[in-house]
Parts: sequence; C-alpha cells; structure tokens
Amino acid sequence: MSAADDTMTEPEAPSIIEVSPDDARRTQTPTEPRADSGRKADKLLTVRNLSTHFFTPDGVVQAVDDVSFELGYGETLGLVGESGCGKSVTALSIARLVPNPPGRIVAGEVIFDGIDVLKMNDDEMRHLRGKEIGFIFQDPLTSLNPTLTIGYQIAESIREHMGLSSAAAKDRVAELLGKVGIPRAKDRLNDYPHQFSGGMRQRVMIAIALACDPKLILADEPTTALDVTIQAQILELIERLSDEFHTAVLMITHDLGIAAGMCDRVNVMYAGRIVETATVDELFERPRMPYTWGLLDSLPRLDDVRGDRLRTIEGLPPLLIQPPDACRFEPRCRFARDICREDEPELTERGAAHYARCWATQPDGWIP
Amino acid sequence: MTTQAASAQAAAVRERPTTGLWRDAWGRLLKNRLAILGLFLVITLLFLGVFGPLIAPYPYSQQDLKAVLAGGHGPLPPGSPGHILGTDQLGRDLLSRLLDGARISVSVAFVVQIVIIVIGVPIGAIAGWFGGRTDNVLMRFTDIIYAFPDLLFIILLSVAFRETVFGQALDGLLLVFIAIGITSWVTVARLVRGQMLALKETEFVEAARAIGVSDRKIVTRHLLPNGMGPIIVAITLGIPAAILAEATLAYIGIGVQPPRASWGSLIAEGQKFIRSEPHLVTFPAIAIALALIGFTFLGDGLRDALDPKLKGKQ
Repeated sequence: MSAADDTMTEPEAPSIIEVSPDDARRTQTPTEPRADSGRKADKLLTVRNLSTHFFTPDGVVQAVDDVSFELGYGETLGLVGESGCGKSVTALSIARLVPNPPGRIVAGEVIFDGIDVLKMNDDEMRHLRGKEIGFIFQDPLTSLNPTLTIGYQIAESIREHMGLSSAAAKDRVAELLGKVGIPRAKDRLNDYPHQFSGGMRQRVMIAIALACDPKLILADEPTTALDVTIQAQILELIERLSDEFHTAVLMITHDLGIAAGMCDRVNVMYAGRIVETATVDELFERPRMPYTWGLLDSLPRLDDVRGDRLRTIEGLPPLLIQPPDACRFEPRCRFARDICREDEPELTERGAAHYARCWATQPDGWIP
Repeated sequence: MTTQAASAQAAAVRERPTTGLWRDAWGRLLKNRLAILGLFLVITLLFLGVFGPLIAPYPYSQQDLKAVLAGGHGPLPPGSPGHILGTDQLGRDLLSRLLDGARISVSVAFVVQIVIIVIGVPIGAIAGWFGGRTDNVLMRFTDIIYAFPDLLFIILLSVAFRETVFGQALDGLLLVFIAIGITSWVTVARLVRGQMLALKETEFVEAARAIGVSDRKIVTRHLLPNGMGPIIVAITLGIPAAILAEATLAYIGIGVQPPRASWGSLIAEGQKFIRSEPHLVTFPAIAIALALIGFTFLGDGLRDALDPKLKGKQ
C-alpha cells in the first residue's frame, strides 16, 4: 500500500474496535476493505528506541539495540538480515512474546494503533494478540498442536476474541480455510495436522493468523521451512490476502529476493541494529551500506558461471555482549577505516526516506 | 483453487475416516496379546467388583454353622456341598467373601487413582507451567512427601483416626483411600511437571500464546492432552500398586473393618489354617495375583500403544 492509499477515506464504514452486532456481520465478510475511521494514529505501528536484552550467565546480550521504525496501515515492511541479528526478537518484542526470563524489553516504545503496547497489562495484551496482531511462524510442522484438529486450532482465536456462536465460528473457519486455498475445506475441519503437508500446514497457520481479521501480521520467516515452489505459493497467498484483508505485514526474512518481491519498505538489520532502511526500489538500486552490498552479492544469480562458489560475507556477526562503540560491521567490512573502529555511525539520510548507518557512504565519506 | 465440480467429485471419493492419536493407540493395543489378556482380566475384575454381590451365593458375612459343625468344627474344603470354594472356620462362604474383596479392590483401585489425579495433576501442572519459585516450593514439598515412609504414615493415620467418624466411614475404606492417595500422588505430579516443562517450550504453545489463548486454556487444551499418554500409563500402573498396598494394610489389620473381607485380611485369617486348609490362603492370593497381572499387562500395553517409540526399550 502506498501513502496515497493510507490517507484515502471511506465513509459509512463500521467501527472495527467496538464489539457490536455489526462486528459479527463484518467478520463474515472480511473482504470489505478495512475502514479508515478505525485508525487511531498516523501509522499502524511505531517502534521507537526499542531495546530487548537477554540476561544470560555470560552477560547481557543486546539482541535488539535502539531500533526504531514505522509501519503504515496496510503496508508491507521487510526486516532483513543474517541469523541472530535481532529480526525475530524485534517481532517477538512487538507482540511481547519475548521469553522472560532470560529476555526483557529494557527500553523503548511500541505504539500499535495509537496505544503503547509495552504499557498494557497481561489481559489487554492477550486480547491484542490474535485479534489485532496475527503471527505466522517459521516452522508450520511444529507450530500446530498434533493432538487438536485443524478446525479447533483455527477456531481457537475466533472463540477467544470474537465471541461467535460455535456454528458461526465453524462457518468462519471453513471460509478461512477456503481462502487460504485448502480444497474441500469443510471436510477437512476435523483432520489433524499430520494429515496435512508442510505447505498446507503453513496455509493453516496463515488462516489462524487471519482468523480475527487483524490489522498487523508478523510473519517470521514464513517460508524458510518450505521448498521453493511451495514458498512461492505461500508468499503469493500472504500478499494476496494481506491486500484483500487490508492487513499490514512485517515480513521477516533473510532472503532479499522475498523482500524485493513483497515489501514496500525494507529495514536491513545487523547485530541488533537497523543499518539501512529504504523503499524496496531505492534499496535495490542504490544500497548505501557495505552490509547490504554483501547481502545482495550473496544472492545466487542466473548469470553465475556453473561450478563457481557462491559468494558469502566473510566472518560472523559479532557477539552482542557489550558491543564496542564502533561500527558493528567493521570487522567484516572491506572498506573500513580508522574512524569505523573509533566511533559508531548514526543512521543518516541518503535520499528520500533512505537512511544508512555507515561512515564511508556519508556525503563526506570515502565511497561516493 | 478448485472448481465446484472438482470438489464435489473429491468429496464423493473421500471416504477415509479421520484417524487420531487415540484411534491409532487403540489399534496398536488390540494387536498386543498380553495387553488384551490384561484388558480381559481388568474387565472381569471390574464386572465382579460391580456385580459381585448379585452373583455371590451368600452374603459375605453369612455363617453356615450347620455345615461347619457337621464337618468337624473347621473350615470346609473346596467342593463342599453348597460351597464351591469351601468356607472359613466360621462357616462363611469363601467365594462370596472373595467377591466382596473384589469390590473392595476395585473401589481402592479407582478411588485412589482419582485422589492421585486430583492432587498430582494440578500440582505438577502448576509447578511445570509457572516454573521458578512456584516450581521450587511445590517440588520441595513433593520431595518431602516422597521421602516420607509411606507405610508408617498410613499406619499412624489409621491408628490416629480409627475411632473417629472419618476412620469408620465406608467400613474404614475412606481412610485407606485417602492414606494411600496422599502418599502416592508424587510420581504423577513429577511426571506431569516433566511433561509441562518439555511441552511448554514447543512452538505450538508459542503459537497459541501468539493468538492470545489464556494460560489456563493452554495448559488444559494444549499441554495436558499432549502429555496424556505417559500420565495414563502411570495411572494404570499405579492401580496394581494401590491394590497391593490395600491388601498389605488389610493383612496387618489396618483399613477395612471386619466382617468385610479384603483379600489381604482373607489371607491373614486363612494363614492360621495354612497346613490343613491351604485354600483359604491360595484363593485370595490367586485373586490378588490375577488383578495385579491384569493391570500391569494393560499398563504395559498402553505404554507401547501410546508411545510406540518406547517399544522394546526398558
């Protein structure tokens, strides 16, 4: 969704917050676009200076360190980076699902639809999860309970949050299953997860995430456990349904290809920090951070010579226990100079809505 | 995705019944001969326990004094007229008394397990789910109960309450139920806690939390059903232990009050005549053995059926 759509208004749309008879009707016709009148803020999600630390016996791991970003209504935002750079923890922090202990959100604000999520009590939080924020997990094989039927598991959040009668809930579940492309949906409600393939289970997970028509879906590497053809189908499904339901998506992935195909904006994360943020086109045309270059360079290409080794970024991400006050990518960076070891760069502007955290590509830097 | 016609056709083709964990387990159980033998013994015992007094030729306390006096003032041997298994020295029909014993054993078997479930499952579930300090306190309490000398505790309890209403209730059986129950919930509590600890880290629990399912529902709908297999096995295998414990107590004169006949008290009375009339000991002993074998075979079979991966181990 573009910014222009965000400001578009639709008259006569029912409120989407209060539970009313209208609501029950609305849930049966989720295809109608989400009403702008339900919006309580400019942006659906504003994350400000979020820091999530893990208190381990070896020290404090600063898994997410001073991360800020925004996500508009209906927008799709990519969160890209290597394993262990804080992508998943960022998503878990937004839904306050960070395992505690050892993890804790130590600072920052997460404003969801005008409300500070971090100040909510447990009960309010429980009503936010599932109803307003859906979650799609990485591994559909283990994210479904093997002892409960598919129908029960999809209906779970509907029962929890919408208070529909069991017949109405059942209809809704069948409709959802149909929407995510499971054939003969009504017949399969009483099936168990082991009767579904990996791709079908991920479709079920998507149905669960969409069950209460949430405003935001946190998709944590939703296709990593799937093979490439299924991956394409699932991504297409997420894209189509998020358009149809007018749902914003935070797409976490380590695959820049996925980000390029699906997202409006992309945040590149490294070692617990955002190191570059830009619109998709801008990021792929004019990346301004050596780490992003490395990620782009690591993608296999059609014109690669057969037999050549795949390119990698040398080295490993740093330990996040007491990181030095320096550029965190410096040890792996081919362009590093003294200043990179002495001081950490800020996220500074490189173009329209394009920010990067790098000394070298700043206007007075050594890479033009 | 699919057209109407295709889905209609597919629905017509589809006649495959839904299979679940329980149906699978039942199938595996039926293939296990020892388990079927166990199941048969258990069902027989249950039947005799429930309907025993209707089948029994005499009330368990009725004396046939004429027969005893005619037979030389001692217990009648098996095969005596009117008494298939003979009588004791007071002329009470042994078969009738064994059937009353079956009723006592069955009630002990099940009531004690209910006590164990009511205490053990919540304690284990709470300790495992909340962890931390709660876990520590509950598990140390559990350790204390575990370290307690069971028999001594039960004897003290029954001596202390023998003369009270509580001690007399249900011919003294209530005391036995509670005494055995509160000394043997520990295993189940530990097992449930272990299951909770293992399962609460699973991703489907995280997924359930992510859609805002309440803690209570996660524990009751997601965790317990997944951990049910081992719990059911432990409870089934706990039944013979409870039956044996009751028989042991009755043997040393604790628990069920005369004239009711526990298998343990039948053996205790019968051993005075063990040289002349060994059937007074043999038949109750066989009854106990069959009951224990039945529940043990069934429990082993259930373990194999509910957790096929374990088969062949142990």
